[in-house]
Amino acid sequence: MADSIPQSRSRDLDKLLLRPGNLVGPTFEAGAQLRDDIKECVRVLVIGAGGLGCELLKDLAFSGFQNLEVIDMDRIEVTNLNRQFLFRLGDVGKPKAEVAAKRVMERVSGVAIKSHFCRIEDKPISFYNDFHIIVLGLDSIEARSYINSVACSFLEYDSDDNPQEESIKPMVDGGTEGFKGHARIIMPGVTPCFECTIWLFPPQVKFPLCTLAETPRTAAHCIEYAHLIKWDEAHSGKTFDPDDPEHMQWVYSEAVKRAELFGIPGVTYSLTQGVVKNIIPAIASTNAIISAACALETLKVVSGCSKTLTNYLTYNGVEGLHTKVTEFVRDKDCLVCGPGVLIELEASVTLKKFIDLLEDHPKLLLTRVSVTYRGKNLYMQAPPVLEEMTRSNLDLPLFELMGKTPRDIVHVTGAAGKGDTKQSCSRKLRVVFKGMVGVTDMDMAGGA
Amino acid sequence: MAEPKVKYDRQLRIWGEKGQAALEKASICLLNCGPTGSETLKNLVLGGVGSITIVDGSKVEVGDLGNNFMVDESSVGQSKAECVCAFLQELNDAVKAKFIEEHPEELIETNPSFFSQFTLVIATQLVEDSMVKLDRICREANIILIFARSYGLMGLVRISVKEHTVIESKPDHFLDDLRLNDPWPELRRFAETVDLNTTDAVVHKHTPYIIILVKMAEEWANTHGGKLPSTREEKKQFKDLIKSKMITVDEENYKEAMEASFKVFSPQGIGPNLQKIINDSCSEVDSNSSDFWVMVAALKEFIASEGGGETPLEGSIPDMTSSTELYVNLQKTYQAKAETDFLVMEQRVKNLLKKINRDPASISKANIKSFCRNARKLAVCRYRLVEDEFNSPVQPELQKYLTDEDCGTAAGLYILLRAADRFAANYNKFPGQFDGEMDEDISRLKSTAVGLLNDLGCNGSAISEDLINEMCRYGASELHVVAAFVGGVASQEVIKLITRQFIPMSGTFIFNGIDHKSQLLLL
Repeated sequence: MADSIPQSRSRDLDKLLLRPGNLVGPTFEAGAQLRDDIKECVRVLVIGAGGLGCELLKDLAFSGFQNLEVIDMDRIEVTNLNRQFLFRLGDVGKPKAEVAAKRVMERVSGVAIKSHFCRIEDKPISFYNDFHIIVLGLDSIEARSYINSVACSFLEYDSDDNPQEESIKPMVDGGTEGFKGHARIIMPGVTPCFECTIWLFPPQVKFPLCTLAETPRTAAHCIEYAHLIKWDEAHSGKTFDPDDPEHMQWVYSEAVKRAELFGIPGVTYSLTQGVVKNIIPAIASTNAIISAACALETLKVVSGCSKTLTNYLTYNGVEGLHTKVTEFVRDKDCLVCGPGVLIELEASVTLKKFIDLLEDHPKLLLTRVSVTYRGKNLYMQAPPVLEEMTRSNLDLPLFELMGKTPRDIVHVTGAAGKGDTKQSCSRKLRVVFKGMVGVTDMDMAGGA
Repeated sequence: MAEPKVKYDRQLRIWGEKGQAALEKASICLLNCGPTGSETLKNLVLGGVGSITIVDGSKVEVGDLGNNFMVDESSVGQSKAECVCAFLQELNDAVKAKFIEEHPEELIETNPSFFSQFTLVIATQLVEDSMVKLDRICREANIILIFARSYGLMGLVRISVKEHTVIESKPDHFLDDLRLNDPWPELRRFAETVDLNTTDAVVHKHTPYIIILVKMAEEWANTHGGKLPSTREEKKQFKDLIKSKMITVDEENYKEAMEASFKVFSPQGIGPNLQKIINDSCSEVDSNSSDFWVMVAALKEFIASEGGGETPLEGSIPDMTSSTELYVNLQKTYQAKAETDFLVMEQRVKNLLKKINRDPASISKANIKSFCRNARKLAVCRYRLVEDEFNSPVQPELQKYLTDEDCGTAAGLYILLRAADRFAANYNKFPGQFDGEMDEDISRLKSTAVGLLNDLGCNGSAISEDLINEMCRYGASELHVVAAFVGGVASQEVIKLITRQFIPMSGTFIFNGIDHKSQLLLL
């Protein structure tokens, strides 16, 4: 059954992209043009170059994408090597994003991968708008939440509150723990965003301090006592560093002492690391499964070459094998992917006053706010140079700064939440100036 | 050198040193190292399996560069097995990697005894005829076999072994073994030392819920003719009774007691899964019985006698609000009972071993202990011969799958994959393999599928035209992402089989890459 026609590198992928089919997406137009567009025009961002990220870069490169970028702030550790197949022992200590990009480019010719060794918050919001689709290979709720809020901030609604298609920034998100994992598609404004279904990720359980201090019962209690209470008592002012083996060893031996005192079994060095660093067990096979599902869905969203996942896949291999597709629904009142929080203002309100208002707004509770309008920085908290440049805007009326537009979308970034639970986020606000709106509405009616 | 342990840290937290040792002892054979095979093996090499042997007779072609990460430009024209082997070796030098440049189909025909040297064989991209032949060989030699296949947007994974028994099944959610509704004498005595009506508020709110529930269940039984709550109304009354004992509304231990009160009502005795295992004919042991079944036989005796209908006690308790002292002592009470039960079991195992003329010490203490701890969670997996499934699938099941809205596509893909193999046997190419012959192939595949369904006794069922079209569109392509998914599934199952932890999948897994409504077909 040998193929007699001269082969091309895309021998297998061509079958999917060059041939028409009936079980495909509405936008699918089979042909070489589609294949070449994916190759030349589509830009994909991969967030995370860890267990999922390594697989994703390889899978996307083999799915015809040639313009990839990857962002990750971490360096390679020995404990990555059981699954992050792009890294070798000699790479330990190097930035993950850089090594991962290099290895995939070495083996898959034609693909260009630009790497970013930094935090996701370090990139300006506009950076994320440059991509057609964002694929998330993360292990933290906070990071997912941040990227989700960024992608949703690009979403624009028309006057009937319907999402405008060209402003939708699709995301594909994967996650694993042990033998279990999930893959999902997020089309902001169309399918639920990360925040709409935040309840899928229950917050991490923390032990009450009185249990740690007074009635420890388990090995984990002894470890957390040493880590959270004893450390600060013994090292005034010195911050605990979970990556410093000496620090970890100290916590371990203190936990052992405490466990012996109370007759509690089970404190080991490995458990100490697990509890203190909140280590999530991870294996190569599950990462491979979830990444493959994510890369396949990315290809489908971009090309329409098959139906897409609607919209959440779970995989569980603990007891037998269970896969399930669930169609979650949007939260109509979602602060992140909805049409935006409505803020009604007098035309005289200054930018400073506006920023103060957001701090007290019950749905927002935003502090350290930076404001952008149509890509222009109205006020930036950081870096200092930008702060200085934009500071003079604070005393000007927002209405003026917005070119006297009576209603429009303003993007703000800052820290949301109260006390210890604050986290970076980006929010979209629908600013309406009182007494000015009727005018535009009439204008629009006239134009229609 | 501590380094390997550090490298494997994230997986040791799942399967422990014992599971890792089993992996490091395993020797694995891979048939065909296209992307499906390469990706399967990659996940296992990273995890540190003992040795791998790659069998593939083909040379690397340009088309392989578009779907296989283990080959690159410089590999074209060279042995694929050699190239893939070299790359995999680079991933983990602790693994012994070798290759054999030979077509698996030839090896199956000419050298069936070749396979008996391995712990496990992973057969990828084999057509039906070779699958059936290899399956017979491995079943005869009692070698674990796993099939993996990627085909366009679909895939198949199937385990084949006569019997796989699991002691450490490690389920995510399993009812704690607390015996609240039937406390043994020491637990009852321990509960008696605690006074629920204490006026000391600190003591009151640090009484663990186990004690609360044991005492409350006894109190209830004393006033209800020795019976525990059974009706909905009674269960509610029982909870109210607990609530009435609270001094303040914020006593966490009483809240926990109310939440856990269902543990008092849960039925006594063993569950249906375990019942099935102890009733299995294998629990009639002889000199050929495996350690597992000898221990099951001992367990059966234990349940019928000392256990009074229950398994040996697991011996651990979940964390709960409590003073340190009560909690630690409670834990010791459970551990002591578990130890007593273990000693009885150990004696029974020894006696049985003697009876079947085996060394009474041939099953280690540690294994018996682990068996006792997991007695409620044992699992036995058995797999039909592939040939039997193919020739006579469980017909009503197949019919049901084909007409079901959710898994109809997966079942259709299963039939079409088999039809594609028949097609290939007849026409010497796969449907849609070459451009320009699509229309003819579609109608040929359709009649092949209809013929197959007739042979399987599913006359009434039809496969949709769209799906037949789709199968021809795939043209036997091996897409990298599908291979990575299928290989990921296969490697996860291999790990479960080798470590003998967690429960491997049953039936035939059909990956449906169209809308991800994949399905396990129990045929």
